[in-house]
Amino acid sequence: MTALLRSAKSLLLLEFVGGLWLTLKYFFRPKVTLNYPYEKGPVSPRFRGEHALRRYPNGEERCIACKLCEAVCPALAITIEAEPRDDGSRRTTRYDIDMTKCIYCGLCQEACPVDAIVETPNFEFSTETREELIYTKDKLLANGEKWERAIAANIAADSEYR
Amino acid sequence: MPRLTVDGIEVEVPNGATVLQACEAAGAEIPRFCYHERLSIAGNCRMCLVEMEKAPKPVASCAMPAADGQVIHTRTEKVKKAREGVMEFLLINHPLDCPICDQGGECDLQDQSLAYGRGHNRFDENKRAVTEKYMGPLIKTAMTRCIHCTRCVRFAEEVAGVEEIGAIGRGESMQITSYLEKAVTSELSGNVIDLCPVGALTSKPYAFKARPWELKKTDSIDVMDAVGSNIVIGSRGAAVLRATPRINDDVNEEWLADKSRFAVDGLQERRLDTPWVRVAGKLQKATWAEAFGAIARGLEGLSGDQIGGIVGDLNAVEDMAAFKDLLAALGATRIESRQDGALFSTVQPQDWLFNSGLAGIETADAILLVGTNPRQEAALVNARLRKAVKKGGAKAFAIGPVADLSFPVTQLGDDAALLTDLPKAVLDVFAKAERPAIIVGMGALKTPGLYEAARAAAAKLGVVKDGWNGFNLLHTAAARAGALRMGLAIDGGVTALGNGDLKALFLLGADEVNVQPGRFTVYIGTHGDRGVRHADVILPAAAYTEKSGTYVNLEGRVQRALRATQPPGDAREDWTILRALSSVLGKKLPYDDIDALRRRIAEEWPDLGRAGLIERTHSLSDVTAAPVKGPLAHAYSNYHLTNPIARASATMAACVSSLLAPENREAAE
Repeated sequence: MTALLRSAKSLLLLEFVGGLWLTLKYFFRPKVTLNYPYEKGPVSPRFRGEHALRRYPNGEERCIACKLCEAVCPALAITIEAEPRDDGSRRTTRYDIDMTKCIYCGLCQEACPVDAIVETPNFEFSTETREELIYTKDKLLANGEKWERAIAANIAADSEYR
Repeated sequence: MPRLTVDGIEVEVPNGATVLQACEAAGAEIPRFCYHERLSIAGNCRMCLVEMEKAPKPVASCAMPAADGQVIHTRTEKVKKAREGVMEFLLINHPLDCPICDQGGECDLQDQSLAYGRGHNRFDENKRAVTEKYMGPLIKTAMTRCIHCTRCVRFAEEVAGVEEIGAIGRGESMQITSYLEKAVTSELSGNVIDLCPVGALTSKPYAFKARPWELKKTDSIDVMDAVGSNIVIGSRGAAVLRATPRINDDVNEEWLADKSRFAVDGLQERRLDTPWVRVAGKLQKATWAEAFGAIARGLEGLSGDQIGGIVGDLNAVEDMAAFKDLLAALGATRIESRQDGALFSTVQPQDWLFNSGLAGIETADAILLVGTNPRQEAALVNARLRKAVKKGGAKAFAIGPVADLSFPVTQLGDDAALLTDLPKAVLDVFAKAERPAIIVGMGALKTPGLYEAARAAAAKLGVVKDGWNGFNLLHTAAARAGALRMGLAIDGGVTALGNGDLKALFLLGADEVNVQPGRFTVYIGTHGDRGVRHADVILPAAAYTEKSGTYVNLEGRVQRALRATQPPGDAREDWTILRALSSVLGKKLPYDDIDALRRRIAEEWPDLGRAGLIERTHSLSDVTAAPVKGPLAHAYSNYHLTNPIARASATMAACVSSLLAPENREAAE
């Protein structure tokens, strides 16, 4: 009996019909894919993307060369050199992040006592050469200026959970 | 010998020990800020509180003498609470600026607040702020961070012997200051940086350069003076960033002289990183093969007695042994190591060693200094002498130019004739002394005949006795004792080297000697300094941090240093240069690695092959004394610029300019 039923099922292509029906149903539902370069999905305030160095509202750079991010970085992607600035304050003379080494764990921004190094919501920073992915202090500060509004909004949004 | 119980463990401690020492003997760790083993007890930080049975309150263990039958508890809730209270008070006025503080990562307060800190602050008022103080080009101050432990004050007063750091004001208004905003003049001033338990006193040249966890730490031996201080080289990449002392009670205790600590920035400046050859009067860059070819041509047709060599002040024993072997292979035996022109008997080690030993000189009870300023020539020996005078009650006399040695010295005058005609006061003191010592400086020994006169005086004063040899030469060069042990000295000293038909001269890091032009000169060394001036071929070598080497200090202690960094550019370790050159000259030296070289050294001089003191007896070799006269001089007048590394150091230059023009200095920011 069961053998007969199975033969009938396969003869009538019932599984194919079922599959095609599912396809037809999704044909009329709203699309879940995004037309990526023109459309983008929502990004969490905790999203860990490209790095940036922030400044204070008066333009002073936040980073004080404490080197905690360099120490905590599990991928050893951060290199910092420091010396006293002309006014005697402690500042970096070199702040490099090797983005090809970075694993985007976010420990650098967790370690930072002055919220200087942050990971911006930006994930679109692919380059044509590896050299471009060695970020210098200038590049990181420029990132900070470019993304400050989004960074500040994200920090504000996430602050109540910290 | 009091017996007491600490946390249930019974311990017996020597008389005069404190409860803190008893606790340590029992294995209990006591937090402390003001207490330091080598300084007097202040008892003002209160961090070392412990509970003592029958005492109504917790007691400060550092200031409480250990006594029989005491029962101490260090791990009770009461003790923890008391220490937490102390910590909270300390943190009231201590700024939370660890991220910008150079002490961060090696800070006693940071470490101890991890164990005893509350984690949050109950203090809402304003914190105290203190203006920065100027303490010279070596010490950076951030006095807001000061917790008033007074370690620096006690060090300056008790060890360095300069009363230039002190506290003014009381209570919260207390400030540590150099009183008149003057640079601290001690040659040991850098040690207050290590002593400071917080970041109030930090190293100015090292400011913000690196964190302690970034540094590669390598055990090494200092070469800036002949003491052979044990140091730790902190390096990052190719750069030596700092040198800090390593504890060795026989040599440097826990201290380090300023030049040893701060001249390391000279290792990056003015370095020779490629061979040079003089072509038609001008130096040109060359390859190693070209340089060796030039040497082979320069030595062509020369016999051994036409070749001479001078070894410098900073070389390791290995380098000098290879140098000696190469020149011996060329037939040359005239090698001199006393480039400052000092003359003395080199027959046996005890003729030229600092025989009392560094620790031994502390126990001397009568001291005669002849033409030496130990404060500049060996600051740590001076600290020991100061201890002998201040703590041991020794009487000190000096012949030579007047110098402030930081302890009372009876100045007898600067005429060498005083040695043969010693005043009665000196004779009386030495007649009663049990451990008399005479210390002869390199500056004095430039006077011909002075060594013999000093030996005659030593015999007259009876400084050599059973179990005590008080005849000491105060060397200034780290390489000197090793070189002399290998016999790198000729009759008549360095001036006699040029006598006769000298056609070719090899300089192994010799920069303190005036070389006459006109000879074929080969310089092997690290810096473009005095030695290269008339050199025809310059071979770049490794500095003391860039090679593993053996050094013998002034008391004859053989010590081994490890390599911290690589030599710059094409520079190579000295002995490898000499070994490669020997192949080119067709006199191949029989060792291909440092172990083989060390075996060769140990074969001829077994005591240079093992750590410890080189062999000596108490019997000095015979000399005949003749009358000497004339003024004596010190070995050098400028403490900060005595070798090529120090002369290349920007920090040492800053020290010199701050000493020369104290009124021109600017107060710290």
